[in-house]
Amino acid sequence: MGVFDIIGPVMVGPSSSHTAGAVRIGYIARKLLGEPVRRAQIDLHGSFLATGRGHGTDRALVAGLLKMQPDDTRIPISLYLAEQAGMEVVFGQVDLRDANPNTARLRLEGESGARLEVVGSSIGGGRIRIGQVDGMEAHFSGESPTLIIRNQDKPGCVTEVALLLSEFHLNIATMQLYRDRPGGLAVMVLECDEEIPLGAREWLSQMDGIEKVTYLGLKEGR
Amino acid sequence: MGFSALEEMGRRAKEQEKPLWQVVWEEDCAFSQMEPAASLEKMKAMYRAMKEADASYQEELVSASGLVGGDGGRMARYVESGACLCGPFVGRMMERALKMAENNACMKRIVAAPTAGSCGVLPAVLLTCQEMLPAEEERILEALYVAAGVGEVIASRSSISGARGGCQAEIGASSAMAAAAVVTLKGGSPEAVFHGAAMALKNLLGLVCDPVAGLVEVPCVKRNVVGAVNALSAADMALAGIRSAIPPDQVIDAMRDVGDRMSVELRETGKGGLADTPAGRAVREQLEKQSRGGSQEDVG
Ligand code: SF4
Repeated sequence: MGVFDIIGPVMVGPSSSHTAGAVRIGYIARKLLGEPVRRAQIDLHGSFLATGRGHGTDRALVAGLLKMQPDDTRIPISLYLAEQAGMEVVFGQVDLRDANPNTARLRLEGESGARLEVVGSSIGGGRIRIGQVDGMEAHFSGESPTLIIRNQDKPGCVTEVALLLSEFHLNIATMQLYRDRPGGLAVMVLECDEEIPLGAREWLSQMDGIEKVTYLGLKEGR
Repeated sequence: MGFSALEEMGRRAKEQEKPLWQVVWEEDCAFSQMEPAASLEKMKAMYRAMKEADASYQEELVSASGLVGGDGGRMARYVESGACLCGPFVGRMMERALKMAENNACMKRIVAAPTAGSCGVLPAVLLTCQEMLPAEEERILEALYVAAGVGEVIASRSSISGARGGCQAEIGASSAMAAAAVVTLKGGSPEAVFHGAAMALKNLLGLVCDPVAGLVEVPCVKRNVVGAVNALSAADMALAGIRSAIPPDQVIDAMRDVGDRMSVELRETGKGGLADTPAGRAVREQLEKQSRGGSQEDVG
C-alpha cells in the first residue's frame, strides 16, 4: 500500500467497491470489446444486486461502458448519456455460483456486431478482477496489458503463441491456461509488461486453431 | 511498502534528522518508483480535489435512499448565526465534514481518505486549519504525507476497511490520520504526532460499521463529524503534552484485535446495529422492492 492508496483515489461516490470498482468493470469490458457498445445486457449478482441501485452501481457500469473513469463527474447521468449515444441497456439479475458478492455479468454487442461476455468482480478499494470472458474462466486485474486467446485445445498451441510473442520481444509477466475439456476449447490469458502491438495480435489471430484474440491495452484508443 | 510501525517511522526521522513528512515521502517514492517531484504534484492534486469537492456542495441534492442531503447547508447557516456552541473553528469544520460526506452519498467527486465513507474527516480538518490558523499550502501538503504515513501503518498492522475492522477502521483511521496532520501543522514533535493519532484512534475503538440498507449514508455522514471533532481534541491533548498510556503501535494492534472479535453483522453487512432497527429495516425493504421491481428475472 502506498501513500496514494491511503489518500486517494479521486472518485465519484459513494462506494469504492460498488461505484468506483463498477466503473472499472464496465471500462475494462468496453476496452475488451474494442468498439463502441450498441447493446448491453447487464446482470447483477449478490451485493451488487441487493444494494447496487443505492450505490449507483448500475450507472457506474454503464459509465464504464462509455469509457468513463471512476472520477468522471458524468457518472450519475450515464444512463441518459448512453441513450444519447444510441446504446441500448437492459438490466437483469443473475445468481452466479461461487462468485464474489460484488459481481456483474456484461453481455455486449458492439457497433460492428462483435459480441463479448465478461464477468467481473469488484474486490475492494476500487480494484477489480475479471473472472470470465465469453463463458470461459480467465482471471486478470486489468492493470497490465492483457491478451486473451481462445483456441482449440491442441498440442503445440501454447508453444507457438509463446514463440511468436518472443519474436516480437514481448515479455510475459503471467500466463494462465484454462479448458472446458481435453481436446475442446481452451483459453490462454497472458498479462504482459508492455503493450502488445497490433501486428503481433493480427499474426496470432491468423494462427491455426485460434478462434478469437481479445486484447486489453492500457493506452487510450479502441 | 511504507512503514509497518510508527516507531520505525519515528526512528528513521531521528536517525536521518529529517521531518516525518519527508521520510514518508521518500519511502513512498522509493517503493512506488515515483519521481519525488511527481509525488508532490500528485499530493497537490489530491488537496486541490478536496477543495473543489468542498466548494461543489449542493444543498438541494438528496441521496439514493432519500435519507441524506441538506445537512451541510443547515450547519452552515447555524454556524453563520454565531450560535454554535463549539465556536466558529469547530463549527466550520463540522459543516465541512457533513458537506463532504453528503457529496459522497450523492455521487459527487470526492477523495477517498482512507475510504469513501470517511472522506470528510481529513479535508474538514485541513481546509479549516488552512482558513482559520492560517496555514500555508506547503505545510498542509506535508501534513498530508504524515497523515498518509499513519494511515499506511494502520492499514498494514490492522485494516482500513469497515468490512474487516468495523467503522473504527474507517472513521477511526481517518480521525487518527487527521490528528497526526494537525499536530504536524502546529509544529508538534514526532512523539506528539503519534500520540495524537493514538488518542484519536483509542477514543473510537469498538465503533461498529452498521450502515442502513448497506449504503454509505446513515450513519456514515454524521460519523465524519465525530471523526473530525475527535481528531481536533486528540491533537490538542497531544500538543498540551498529554500522552497515550498505551504506546501508539499497540493501540493500532488493539484496534485489529477489536475488529477480529467484532461479529460479521457489525462489519458493513448492514445486518446489525442501526441497520437492524425497525426504521433501518424499513428503508432496506423499501429499496429492495424498488431495485427488484424494474428488472427481469434471469438465473444463470
Ligand atoms: S459505518 Fe461503515 S460504511 Fe459507514 S463510514 Fe463507517 S465503516 Fe464506512
